[in-house]
Amino acid sequence: MFDVHEMEVNFGPQHPSTHGVLRVILKVDGERIIDAKPVIGYLHRGTEKLFEHMNYPQCVPHTDRMDYVAAATNNLGFVEAVEKLMGITAQIPKRAQLLRVILSELQRISSHLLWLATHAIDIGAMTPFFYTFREREQVLDFFEAYCGARLTLNCMRIGGMPEDVPAGWLEDIQEFIDRFDVAIDEYENLLTNNRIWKRRTVGIGVLSPEEAIEWGITGPPLRGSGVNWDLRRALPYECYPELDFEVPLGKNGDTYDRYLVRMEEMRQCRRIIQQCIPLIRQTPAGDIKAKISRVIRPPEGEVYHSIESPKGELGYYIVSDGKSQNAYRCHVRPPSFVNLQALPAMAKGHLISDLVALIGTIDIVLGEVDR
Amino acid sequence: MNPWMTYLIWPLIKFSIAFIAVQALVAAMNWIERRLLGFFQARLGPNRVGPWGLGQIIADPIKFLLKEDFVPARAEKVAYYLGPILPLLPSFIVFCLIPFGPPPTFAVTNNINVGLLLIFALTSTAVYGIILGGWASNNKFSLMGGLRSAAQMVSYEVPLGLSIVGVLMLTQSLELEEIVRYQEMNSWNVFPQLVACFIFIVAMNAENNRTPFDLPEAESELVAGFHTEYSAMKFAFYMLGEYSLMIVNSCLAVTLFFGGWSLGMGGIGFTTEVMQKMGWVGGLIGTGIFVTKMMLFLFMYIWFRATFPRFRFDQLMDLGWKFLIPLALANIFVTGIVLLAFPSRLYGDTVIAVGEIMLTVIGMIVIALTLVLLFKPKRPKVINASRVSEA
Repeated sequence: MFDVHEMEVNFGPQHPSTHGVLRVILKVDGERIIDAKPVIGYLHRGTEKLFEHMNYPQCVPHTDRMDYVAAATNNLGFVEAVEKLMGITAQIPKRAQLLRVILSELQRISSHLLWLATHAIDIGAMTPFFYTFREREQVLDFFEAYCGARLTLNCMRIGGMPEDVPAGWLEDIQEFIDRFDVAIDEYENLLTNNRIWKRRTVGIGVLSPEEAIEWGITGPPLRGSGVNWDLRRALPYECYPELDFEVPLGKNGDTYDRYLVRMEEMRQCRRIIQQCIPLIRQTPAGDIKAKISRVIRPPEGEVYHSIESPKGELGYYIVSDGKSQNAYRCHVRPPSFVNLQALPAMAKGHLISDLVALIGTIDIVLGEVDR
Repeated sequence: MNPWMTYLIWPLIKFSIAFIAVQALVAAMNWIERRLLGFFQARLGPNRVGPWGLGQIIADPIKFLLKEDFVPARAEKVAYYLGPILPLLPSFIVFCLIPFGPPPTFAVTNNINVGLLLIFALTSTAVYGIILGGWASNNKFSLMGGLRSAAQMVSYEVPLGLSIVGVLMLTQSLELEEIVRYQEMNSWNVFPQLVACFIFIVAMNAENNRTPFDLPEAESELVAGFHTEYSAMKFAFYMLGEYSLMIVNSCLAVTLFFGGWSLGMGGIGFTTEVMQKMGWVGGLIGTGIFVTKMMLFLFMYIWFRATFPRFRFDQLMDLGWKFLIPLALANIFVTGIVLLAFPSRLYGDTVIAVGEIMLTVIGMIVIALTLVLLFKPKRPKVINASRVSEA
């Protein structure tokens, strides 16, 4: 009786809410999505191939450019993988480890703040964007004070850290951390109990724990479905086992739960940094590098090492032939790329408005998806 | 007086004044909105051009005039050009019908006895421009924006229309002046018609495609909705139309529910009689009061925009059809029952409208309770430092 007119819509790559250059080919019936097909590769830069032509220390700045809103954790994953390959993980001084933890937790905060800002503005709430950027700006200031860069940090070295703690840095962070809880309350005031926000997020893009595991989803989307899997706890690295923090879990696996998980994660980040500051004061100043040779030539072998990046499991697989200063092969397991797989399944049957909420909730960075 | 003067020259002059005033206000609204949003969002807003950025009011139109006037290759030319113009016309005509001040001074056309109906008839034609523009620009996002807006504006016409029925039952008139006079002699309609006022404000936000109902131009979903393919002055025309209609709707809300130009209730206070005795000064004061109230409504629009996320399309329809329309019908029903069950009685030599007073008192109590609940002092949140174990 009624003709169903399917319309094909090119959602992106030039679209305000695809977070970069994601292209989704949508088949829609009216506004209801029948099929969504993500097309990626618009930001492909051959990073993995580049790694084969550079010696290990030269690779570190290139890891910045993958998940360009979370450079510190990218650095951390790479240097730890190489350290594991060289077998020097245990030699990294405590001070360097604590610095790495502080930097990567600050990075998690700034990445989550950016996620919250864009997620909220995708759903139409304009103001949280500016509130979160107020705090994100301060976090970027800390990065600038530490390594001179705000976004592409290049702030870690194989075997340690490039710089010691700058004067007054810890005091500034302490002051920021003290205020940050109130700032999170402010964002939550605008969103958490907002009826419209709840209507737009509750029950949208539900992933059951089984589905989430089958899709290989990691990070906050996995924990939003209630699976207790945080690499900082599950496969601990650096000095995370000594630190006291909780892994927030969701119940329903919908967009709202993923939102709540990330909000609580920011509070936990704050808690971790709070503990690190007195610890780092106890360590001797200047003890930030392990004693390793200047030329890094790992023994023959292969290694896979993964860390909990703000977006999920970030893994590096490195093969060394034992002779050269270059990796024979380097593969990156980017969380955004793997999490993006679930988008078509999550989007099916929802409306176009929900698609932007879903792209926001899996928190992709196209630099990392395409590498 | 010469009929030419009465029916042609004076209305033309008055219309020109209204036209210029609206244009200026719309241009100023652009600045006001950006500036206020800035303050809401912990930033400054435009403050570079002139003192407090006031030069922005002139700079923006100049920018629009100088930009490339782009027409997409396979657009339907006639409809594409017509689109931005259509929403402008009704809003300018409607301005002639709104009484800005007490009678002898500022209303452009004197007393049209079906004023309210005429205004609703005119404003509801504004949607055609958006549908045409969305369809004609040969872009799928524009088309979806146009369709969304068609469905939305048609749906929300209904609760908007129904919400004023209660007001008409009380005031017994479609003349805007009569409605204002009724309010200054009795009470502002917001009290006896609280529910209707709520519905009117919600529906007028939806009518204007403003947050949280800005789906037709949802920038994160449909790029820019119906005006994706519009640039330069055509885009500015859409904005002019939207902001003029915002102003029109604010004027209507003030006139219907908040006592128009008067500042008094029950015949006490700053009423029309008082103003008329003061001559043209009174007229100016009345207009000032009206504009102030209207600006408060415009402020509310901006406040909403800074606060709310956006509804989804089906939720918007649900809200309109399943909540607002039944509520509006219930409001009409209850108002009718109360007015019939408690008719006006003669006590001594004064007539007392028992039903209306009952409605007013109930409305006042509800408002007072809401205010108390809203501004109840909250327990200050203490950051629990002991939760963090010092390792």
